[in-house]
Amino acid sequence: MVPTLSVDRLRVSFSHRRGSIEAVDRVSLQIAPAECLGLVGESGSGKTQIFMAAMGLLPGNAQVSGSVRFEGNELLAVGAPTLNRVRGSRLTMIFQDPMTSLTPHLTVGTQLSEVMVAHLGIPWKDARSLAGRMLERVHVPEPKRRLNQYPHELSGGMRQRVMIAMSLLCEPSLVIADEPTTALDVTIQAQIIELLRAVRGEFGMALVLISHDLAVVAGLADRILVMYAGSVVENAIAEELFRHPRHPYTAELLRCTPSVTGPRLDRLPTLAGQPPRPGEILEACPFAPRCSRAADRCRVERPQLEGSSTSQVACHFPLIS
Amino acid sequence: MDGLADEAARRLRSNPAAVAAVAVLCAIVVLTWLGPWISPNNSQTLDWLHIAARPGMQSSHWFGTDRLGRDLFMRTLAGTRVSIAIGLAASVISLLVGVSYGAIAGYIGGRTDHLMMRLIEILSGLPLIFFVIFLTVIFGRSEYLLFFAIGAVGWLTMARIVRGQTLSVRQREFIEAAIASGAGTGRIILRHVVPNVIGPVIVYATLTVPQIILFESFLSFLGLGIQEPGASLGTLIAEGAGEMEAAPWMLLVPGSFLAVLLLCLNIFGDGLRDALDVKDA
Amino acid sequence: MIRYFFTRLAGAIPTLLIIITATFFLMRAAPGGPFDQEQTLPPEIVANLQSAYGLDQPIWTQYGRYLKSLLHGDFGPSFKYKDFTVTELIGQGFPVTLQLGVIAMVLALSLGIPLGTFAALHHNSAADYATMSLAVVGIAIPSFVVLPFLGLLFGVYLHWLPVAGWEPGSLRHLALPVIALALPPLAYIARLTRGSMLEVLRSHFIRTAFAKGLPLHTVILRHALRPALMPVASYLVPAVASIMTGSLVVETIAGLPGIGRYLVQGALNRDYTLVLGMVIIYSTLLIGMGLLVDLLYAWLDPRVRH
Repeated sequence: MVPTLSVDRLRVSFSHRRGSIEAVDRVSLQIAPAECLGLVGESGSGKTQIFMAAMGLLPGNAQVSGSVRFEGNELLAVGAPTLNRVRGSRLTMIFQDPMTSLTPHLTVGTQLSEVMVAHLGIPWKDARSLAGRMLERVHVPEPKRRLNQYPHELSGGMRQRVMIAMSLLCEPSLVIADEPTTALDVTIQAQIIELLRAVRGEFGMALVLISHDLAVVAGLADRILVMYAGSVVENAIAEELFRHPRHPYTAELLRCTPSVTGPRLDRLPTLAGQPPRPGEILEACPFAPRCSRAADRCRVERPQLEGSSTSQVACHFPLIS
Repeated sequence: MDGLADEAARRLRSNPAAVAAVAVLCAIVVLTWLGPWISPNNSQTLDWLHIAARPGMQSSHWFGTDRLGRDLFMRTLAGTRVSIAIGLAASVISLLVGVSYGAIAGYIGGRTDHLMMRLIEILSGLPLIFFVIFLTVIFGRSEYLLFFAIGAVGWLTMARIVRGQTLSVRQREFIEAAIASGAGTGRIILRHVVPNVIGPVIVYATLTVPQIILFESFLSFLGLGIQEPGASLGTLIAEGAGEMEAAPWMLLVPGSFLAVLLLCLNIFGDGLRDALDVKDA
Repeated sequence: MIRYFFTRLAGAIPTLLIIITATFFLMRAAPGGPFDQEQTLPPEIVANLQSAYGLDQPIWTQYGRYLKSLLHGDFGPSFKYKDFTVTELIGQGFPVTLQLGVIAMVLALSLGIPLGTFAALHHNSAADYATMSLAVVGIAIPSFVVLPFLGLLFGVYLHWLPVAGWEPGSLRHLALPVIALALPPLAYIARLTRGSMLEVLRSHFIRTAFAKGLPLHTVILRHALRPALMPVASYLVPAVASIMTGSLVVETIAGLPGIGRYLVQGALNRDYTLVLGMVIIYSTLLIGMGLLVDLLYAWLDPRVRH
């Protein structure tokens, strides 16, 4: 069975006047059809850049090597016309900032319809009514009215629903949701997550949910990847990860996630230290400086991702439950 | 404050176009002031033997002569001197007027500010040339009018910029401290507000100089500016345009001088603006 | 939208009125009269002339009469061109100047915007630097230098186009003047568009547009262009002012019988009514342009309408 997305030893770096910054360091991962992958990590961990590379949205000073295959077809270094056949239709992306991600001078209807007109070749009128129906499916009230409105006339939550609708119009095989709730209020966050769950159930596509917040990913993901400083440190199915985290970083993340059901704490737990500045790729475990379990081996040898199909970890001294 | 100047200077130096422009400008300035020592001619003598002569190395008139036999090179240099001198002097006036107006408006605020800005709005409504033409009709041609009109180029925008800066500076604490310590309004404006608005003012001032030179040439070209026998580049170009078919050098020499002068000033101004503009790093 | 337009219109009328009034009173308050430059005329004749032109009336009466005649489109007689009224002179000259100005403006926009966009899309390439260098030259060098140079090159040496003169409906005679007039605004618009387009292309909504798999030309034309043109819209009024200013010189050099040339003559001859009339025409044009630009803003950015 061909994986929907297959990333193989992907490297992304950005060249600057004073050198280059490594954002993604030899990352490999696979997403099966209809699988929901949660991708968790701090800002700068590279989690977004992987998919920017896949979508061809990296800036001009980016250097990419490795391979990203979508449904068997290579996406990297392929011309824009070829890429445009899949992106926006079978491979779509939802961005983090609904307030600025929609074009201010075009109506919602136009921005939705143009996707179908461009990819499916249907006339504008038909596209518009299909767009209206999609707005209904993502629970936007008064969809007909919304079609004629401009983005600034909609609330943040509604705009994100429009973005989600936009990503579903051409029946994608994979939807990438990059921090879809970060810019929204907590109550709206829950609604959007629910919507994503419902949509996944209805449409059955694969979903990548990128977040810095484990809690967001928890309810939805089948499998979770934890990233740190540009590489994957743990890759496990969701239950395994939550019950038996094997990487010290994962354990810390879980510890730091406040829980409603757990004991009340006086202070929120935090992780000591800072992630390495992007650009410092060393032959050592990147987490070593902050790791309470670090030993000499960690400081000189880079751990590789090892384990079973249900759980892999890149650590010399993984936690054992 | 010094750190900013050093950083700006460094960035300016690494801009090849700006550096070249400055070099050419210096060369022009040197040439115009040293000119009389280089060439055997001067700009006034009528050389009856060489009327409308072509440029060449044979006669002493390297760039040719005009209809009255005056050496074109020297006339052009003299004209350049006039243009530069007026440009600088008028810029200074424009600067002083604009900065004062803007600082006062911004500092006093309230209705005075509102009125002063309304005046600027109305004055900006019409391009300056029409204003000048208008005044020329009323007062006739005069050098004072010319100077006043040219100085009026740019003070409007300068006043606006300074007022904006003054408004934001006014909110800051050290102004309150100065007021609390009993300093008078004039003093505060001079010693506290002005130093803080210097930055954009300098940039804009360098952009104003070519505008003024341009405007002066424009007026002179139309016959509303410098009158005979004095000449600026504008009048020379007007003369040259009239003789274009028979004696093209009469147009080309002053025209090229003006073009190069303005071009270098603009490039330098752009470079300065890029160097001082933090967000354009 | 309609209400927005009328609000703007209501604001523009007082400005125009102030300009007309200020112009009128300054004119009348000036030392000397319109007849001073003639050879000395006997006082009775001067008095007759004054009375014929209504100059012996109290100033407020004159003002009132002037406003009334303005509403009828009558700018009064020209003091220098005795056989013509200002209205007639404007009528003769305006179409020429209008043609000149409109073609120049259209040229500046239709070349400047694509050039700027092209430079932005090829940011930091040789083509980008070349275009922007040309732009600096275009901005720095004034029309009254460019036009004679062009005339020298294309007229005298290459004999492709006429240097001066005018025939109604002749495009060849307009070619060089239009180019000289259009060059500075064209260069400026190209530069503005480039800078603005570069910024817009970094926006999140452009990223979304690309992510939707839209082809480049769609992203640029449908999504990027309108926001990128905001600075250009702001520049339109100064551009028109610049073209108006340039037309004075261009018409003079090229011998085009437009109102610009009349204005210059009027200034040199101290022809009051002519200059007054011209100033009013130009002011009205600028204010009208300002209104159009306000409408343009609303179209470019719907957020302005609310």
